[in-house]
Amino acid sequence: MDASPRPPRTGWNSLARNYDARMLRGGALADGKVVAPDRATELLEAVIEPHDRICIEGNNQKHADFLAKALATVSPDRVHDLHVVQSNIALAPHLDIFEAGIARRLDFCYAGPQGLRLAQLVADGKVQVGAIHTYLELYSRYFTDLTPRVSLIAAEAADRDGNLYTGPNTEDTPAIVEATAFKSGILIAQVNRIVDKLPRVDVPGDWVSFVVEAPTPHYIEPIFTRDPAAITEIQVLMAMMVVRGIYEKYGVTRLNHGIGFDTAAVELILPTYAEELGLRGKICRYMSVNPCPTLIPAIESGFVEAIHCAGSELGMERYVAERSDVFFIGRDGSMRSNRIFCQLAGHYADLFIGSTLQIDLEGNSSTATLARITGFGGAPNFGSESRGRRHGSPAWLQAGREAHRAGMPRGRKLVVQMVETFREGLSSTFVEKLDAWELMDTFDMPLPPVMVYGDDLTHIVTEEGIANLLLCDTLAERAQAIRGVAGYTAVGRARDRHMVETLRERGAILYPEDIGVDKRLANRDLLAARSIKDLVRWSDGLYAPPARFRNW
Amino acid sequence: MIPPRHSYLEASARARLAGILDAGTFREFCGPRARQTSPHLPALGMPVAFDDGIVVGEGRIDGRPVLIAAQEGGFMGGAIGEVHGAKLAGLIERALDIRPDAVVLLLDSGGVRLHEANAGLIAMGEIQRAVFDARAAGIALVAVIGGRNGCYGGTSIVARSCDVIIASEEGRLSISGPEVIEAVEGIEEFDARDRALVWRTMGAKHRRLIGEIDILVRDDIDAFRDAIAGHIGDSRPMDLDALEAEHARLVDRLSRFRDAADGRDVWARLGVNDPDRVSDIEADEFNALVDALEGARR
Amino acid sequence: MERLEFRFAGRADAPAASDGEALVGVVGSGNLEVMIEQVDLGGECLVTVDTSINGFVETWESVLRDFMERHRLGNVRVSINDGGATPAVVALRLDQALANLGKPPR
Repeated sequence: MDASPRPPRTGWNSLARNYDARMLRGGALADGKVVAPDRATELLEAVIEPHDRICIEGNNQKHADFLAKALATVSPDRVHDLHVVQSNIALAPHLDIFEAGIARRLDFCYAGPQGLRLAQLVADGKVQVGAIHTYLELYSRYFTDLTPRVSLIAAEAADRDGNLYTGPNTEDTPAIVEATAFKSGILIAQVNRIVDKLPRVDVPGDWVSFVVEAPTPHYIEPIFTRDPAAITEIQVLMAMMVVRGIYEKYGVTRLNHGIGFDTAAVELILPTYAEELGLRGKICRYMSVNPCPTLIPAIESGFVEAIHCAGSELGMERYVAERSDVFFIGRDGSMRSNRIFCQLAGHYADLFIGSTLQIDLEGNSSTATLARITGFGGAPNFGSESRGRRHGSPAWLQAGREAHRAGMPRGRKLVVQMVETFREGLSSTFVEKLDAWELMDTFDMPLPPVMVYGDDLTHIVTEEGIANLLLCDTLAERAQAIRGVAGYTAVGRARDRHMVETLRERGAILYPEDIGVDKRLANRDLLAARSIKDLVRWSDGLYAPPARFRNW
Repeated sequence: MIPPRHSYLEASARARLAGILDAGTFREFCGPRARQTSPHLPALGMPVAFDDGIVVGEGRIDGRPVLIAAQEGGFMGGAIGEVHGAKLAGLIERALDIRPDAVVLLLDSGGVRLHEANAGLIAMGEIQRAVFDARAAGIALVAVIGGRNGCYGGTSIVARSCDVIIASEEGRLSISGPEVIEAVEGIEEFDARDRALVWRTMGAKHRRLIGEIDILVRDDIDAFRDAIAGHIGDSRPMDLDALEAEHARLVDRLSRFRDAADGRDVWARLGVNDPDRVSDIEADEFNALVDALEGARR
Repeated sequence: MERLEFRFAGRADAPAASDGEALVGVVGSGNLEVMIEQVDLGGECLVTVDTSINGFVETWESVLRDFMERHRLGNVRVSINDGGATPAVVALRLDQALANLGKPPR
């Protein structure tokens, strides 16, 4: 056996030596660790090298927006061919750097509002997409083949030693920091203010290379706030079915809620409908979710006992801080969030419930929209069977008995999609073939972008009823169970009425009357709060909604 | 604290009427079966409503006869078109014939329906004339504001021409809407998306503090009903003395507050100790504050 | 806008018309109003729909047929002004209107 020729090495610590060289160049612009904001672009030119992997921290909530803008103004002669590895492409500068030739390759999770522009840049050859990930996947790759050389992060405050306080929006910071700092990477933090003494230390200063005090506070968007005034009676009906047909039936205590008006309706009928059913203490006790304002009544009425959050929500800071029995709170009194732990907690919970734009006859669902590259975020991890789980819980075991009726006994995570049969503009949620297929062809993706796979999904709840896919033995039965709750859509009208009746007798299709849901009660009076003002009242004035949500 | 359950804001026009009138006393004029729908909307390819977005009729409150109208804010923002306007004008004109103890107007409207502008504007004039005729005859007119659309445009003029205005803090009263002001004056002058600013400028609490509405109630149909019941027959004189007094009040107000940039500045000058809290306090506490301020002025 | 008219055979033993009526819902985006009137139609049911979204005649017919079968109706006229409601909302309003028929207005 011939030994293959080994490439010549320049030693075992080249990354560390390279770090020292970069620090020397950057240090010339700094006063200790602190760099003046008007020198931010210079700093980036000094410490970033061509072909670097770079992360610009962008979460659901906070963004390193000042540093992102500074990066977009570096000279492409000095800084070019960067490989961007970050979760969210949300701000214009995130794509400006590709247009300017500063960056070329991109690995990411979610593009939301920039999805249309990203698609155009991909088509123009300005962006080479490596892959679109879920959050957990991308952060996992930070610790294997996609470790950043330079990360630009955001924090609430720093001291002069570089210690960072993230405030309640810690979010993705720990993952980025850990991967970068311990692989000889440069870590530059944008902070809202530099102080003498921090309320608490979320990131130790010796991990941090440089600190820049941004001229304006980092941008935060209240994306988890849903105004109860916009919840419809159809959503109330679906929420009633979720409570009776799933939460009560399985005794779901640990769960994750997706963000939307459908799940907000579930949260808001816990103190009314579920309370009357005597379900307090029996369902919805532990949640992995951001502090959505619509959770306030369920918390105040004693339903939800503990919540771990991926990030915070604008206006909820004081309320959360005053409920330290429920939320995870630092000794300083403000919340500590962490996306990875929240994602993990949700992954090993009993249930995920979310919403989607399209579902096919196998139960695959997608939020992909033609002409846009939007990506995934966290739903695929929350919304998938946790095959590594071993501990039992009543909900997990009962679902497992339905799923594995013969052979080795197993548990099963409940994965639920809650959708109306028709979306706005009367387009059908249920389709024979997902748009994701066409999107794959258009953008040359390796797979259709599916949010939750059919074999991970256990239930579909529509205003017509519940399809329990665990009780379907064949793909043909699964398709008919889905048609059976697809209402008046073309998919629904093509149902085989006989087969639907058979499935209903088996419990694979449940209509409201089968689970004791009285449709006549489905109106907005069932909502514990019907306005943002009601939420403020439930919170005893601790919730301070952003001005755009007020009507007083 | 668990919020109240019978929200006026949430209720439809018909549900508001049912909650305010004595049970079983309502008799509707030109009801939906008459199908008196807008002649203009179909030409524009828009759906009509069988009652053209307003319910008018007679009934009783605490046993006393009233004429009553309720605008349906969910249909075209409660805006006044030809039929809608004619129903409202006709109702108020009827007061001269039957002399009820009050005419109650549940207003929830952005003003004239732009889709039928000319007919709507003519209707506004007719409504306005009917209001003045009724007032001259000593019939009490009660305007009620607490719907999602507030009370804007011509409807706000109607409201301010009534004897009494009752509103919840969710109510708004102004000639021009926030978006119009932003479009005309620029976002630096008025950011219509800053809803807290909108309410500090046009909201019922501000209007109550500067004396443009008479009673503030919490968003609850029973609270509205009780406030209305308290003003049945409460007709105020509309003569030269009253008009001159009102003009003098407006002149004085302008000189006192013309350089105030925000509602909070106005409230501070009125003697409110903590103007930042005003937006957040409940109706009871707010009314106690108003009573204290008015007591201090007397 | 599209006007649709449907005629259903109705129930042979439908009660005689009693001149009752019920109106529910508001015409807005994604919403509709439904008026049901009891009139003598020789047992038949007559439905008139004015809708702002064209091209859903089959869907309307399915929703209305299910409604008629669900309640075994006769001698009623149903009139609908629609601002683009989903079938779920249509079915809900139809059921609500029927439930209110013969009750004093609330």
